[in-house]
Amino acid sequence: MKLFSRRRNLALPYAIFLGIMVVVPMLLIIIYAFMGKGGGFSLENFERFINQPEAANTFIYSIGIALITTIICIVLGYPAAYILSRLNASLAKVVVLLFIIPMWVNVLVRTLATVALFDFMSLPLGEGALIFGMVYNFLPFMVYPIYNVLQKMDHSLIEAAEDLGATPRQVFLRVVFPLSTPGIVSGIMMVFMPTISTFAIAELLTMNNIKLFGTTIQENINNGMWEYGAALSFIMLIIIGITSLFTDSSDENAANEGLL
Amino acid sequence: MVNSNYIIEIKNITKSFPDKVVLDDVSLSVKKGEFLTILGPSGCGKTTLLRLLAGFNTATKGEISIGGEVMTDIPPHLRPVNTVFQRYALFPNYNVFDNIAFGLKLQKVDRKEIEQRVKRALKMVGMTDYEHRDVQSLSGGQQQRVAIARAIVNRPQVLLLDEPLAALDLKMRKDMQMELKEMHRDLGITFVYVTHDQEEALTLSDTIVVMNEGKIQQIGTPTDIYNEPCNAFVADFIGESNILNATMVHDRLVRFMDKEFECIDEGFGENTEVDVVIRPEDVYIIRNAEAAMFTGTVRSCIFKGVHYEMFVDTPDGYEIQIQDYNSFEPGTEVGMMIKPADIHVMRKERTENHIEGRLIDSTHVEILGESFECAEVEGIESGAKVDVAFDFSAVELTDDPDDGISWGTIRFILYKGDRYHLTVRTDDGDDVYVDTHDVWEDLDEVGITIHPSALRVTAIKE
Repeated sequence: MKLFSRRRNLALPYAIFLGIMVVVPMLLIIIYAFMGKGGGFSLENFERFINQPEAANTFIYSIGIALITTIICIVLGYPAAYILSRLNASLAKVVVLLFIIPMWVNVLVRTLATVALFDFMSLPLGEGALIFGMVYNFLPFMVYPIYNVLQKMDHSLIEAAEDLGATPRQVFLRVVFPLSTPGIVSGIMMVFMPTISTFAIAELLTMNNIKLFGTTIQENINNGMWEYGAALSFIMLIIIGITSLFTDSSDENAANEGLL
Repeated sequence: MVNSNYIIEIKNITKSFPDKVVLDDVSLSVKKGEFLTILGPSGCGKTTLLRLLAGFNTATKGEISIGGEVMTDIPPHLRPVNTVFQRYALFPNYNVFDNIAFGLKLQKVDRKEIEQRVKRALKMVGMTDYEHRDVQSLSGGQQQRVAIARAIVNRPQVLLLDEPLAALDLKMRKDMQMELKEMHRDLGITFVYVTHDQEEALTLSDTIVVMNEGKIQQIGTPTDIYNEPCNAFVADFIGESNILNATMVHDRLVRFMDKEFECIDEGFGENTEVDVVIRPEDVYIIRNAEAAMFTGTVRSCIFKGVHYEMFVDTPDGYEIQIQDYNSFEPGTEVGMMIKPADIHVMRKERTENHIEGRLIDSTHVEILGESFECAEVEGIESGAKVDVAFDFSAVELTDDPDDGISWGTIRFILYKGDRYHLTVRTDDGDDVYVDTHDVWEDLDEVGITIHPSALRVTAIKE
């Protein structure tokens, strides 16, 4: 058996897994997306997306919600990450852990708990609850990459700026913030993209009153409309692909620097 | 403004961090236009002193004035100084031009003037036409040039340099040393330079401040520091040296290696214990052993480029380091001579250990955080504060810290020709000085044992 004698063969099990669970489904999505009712190649699914405003509207609405969620996450997450990065190492570790511990609980459990909380405080479920739930779920994914970049930042850069006459505010605006953008970019990638396709949070926190794009896809597929569902998934993939290309080119090392 | 000759005046500065005192009552004045170097081993407090001048740290006690104004608590952005960092600290999000223009833009200097001044600064550091380069694409030497340009373009009253050449290779370091010296002459501003490299300090400086353990050891010109070191630490740290225990018999006569030598030092008293320093290049080595002042056998001889470096063993067990243009084969019997003017006599900082402790009972004393047995003490009440004295050679060190009564870390090793003189610091910060023939290494953790009969206990009068 020479199968495992070469190091690169060790990647084989995962490569097989990847093939079956990622590549094949993607191919299936593409095949179904371009398949007409009677089978064979057709663009009718896409025509339907353009002509039926319902799905397109949901799509735009989903992007809107994802944008709002992302912006709130940045506004809340950046100062948190900044303060964290300035704490002494041992205290920062504890606080980071506090941020991460809720992530150990399953997202559905957390969301159901949020529903119970809103019930208990007799707050209405709906758009507000939805955004609250999304921010609550995704905030740590914004804080962590930003914290990571800020914490690794060479402190002598800040001292150099002070030394050259920058006030604390100028130090932040001219040095710290520009240098932490890779962290923000990673944060956006980890918050914006997943939020577009969420459906569980939306279903639970709006009592199924507000539909997000993820919900639309799921409904279509549940109702046996595989071709249309696949086409919608395909459109979403393209959009996500475009945004990730855009964020990548804004800083080539962005994603790598932000994540761990 | 008390004295306009001094641009920086540091008065009784103490800086302590929760676990240690980094600067201990340091006072220093820097003349306007001077190239002053703060020299010392790592951890001696030199960088902290520079950071206090820049304003990155604040002093626990004391006062700092720069340009006649008290700056002790002024934040860095309001100080008339600029810093060149060891690791360059260039802003990676700006190109060369914007890095250098950073300070000028903050001062709202006119755009045209910024351009002129940046160009002039770039020319000064030999980086003309590099304006639009990405700083991360530059080599270490080029980055440090940009960092220097970024500092001098603001025309500070004082330029602070924190080991600016430490990260560069030897050739580049030598070139930059010359350029820095020229730059200092051309700019006419005060340079305060921090380094651990004694050669660099001797090459560059008008004045050298030697520091160790948070204290200034000596301030002087490079020649003063080299020729007239004030204590064994400075002698050992600057250049190569033979440091030996000696006794000053009377003025102009000193006894070491069991022989009497004429010297030119006076005023140490009679039969006083002293240290002598003899530079390796000041020992004359000759083949004719009879005409010599003392003799020995060459143990090793290494060619060092210009000279040979030899270690010679004397019959009394001393090892002498010698530099000479002639080589002598190992095993050769040689004679040696030293001119009176080349023997440098220094007062000993201490001749025995003195540690403050507490008497537990008549045969036990608490020192170094532990109970040590001692010979029976009479006439002192138990619990009284006492001074415990013991000889350097009375201390026994053990490999395993747990084998000793107390323990400590070796902080400083001084070779004295026939023995090592060690400084061992205990957990509580007490220093125990030890003479030993055994070879230990810096930062070794060792057990400390002292024979009961060696401890001399006397009461401290309150």
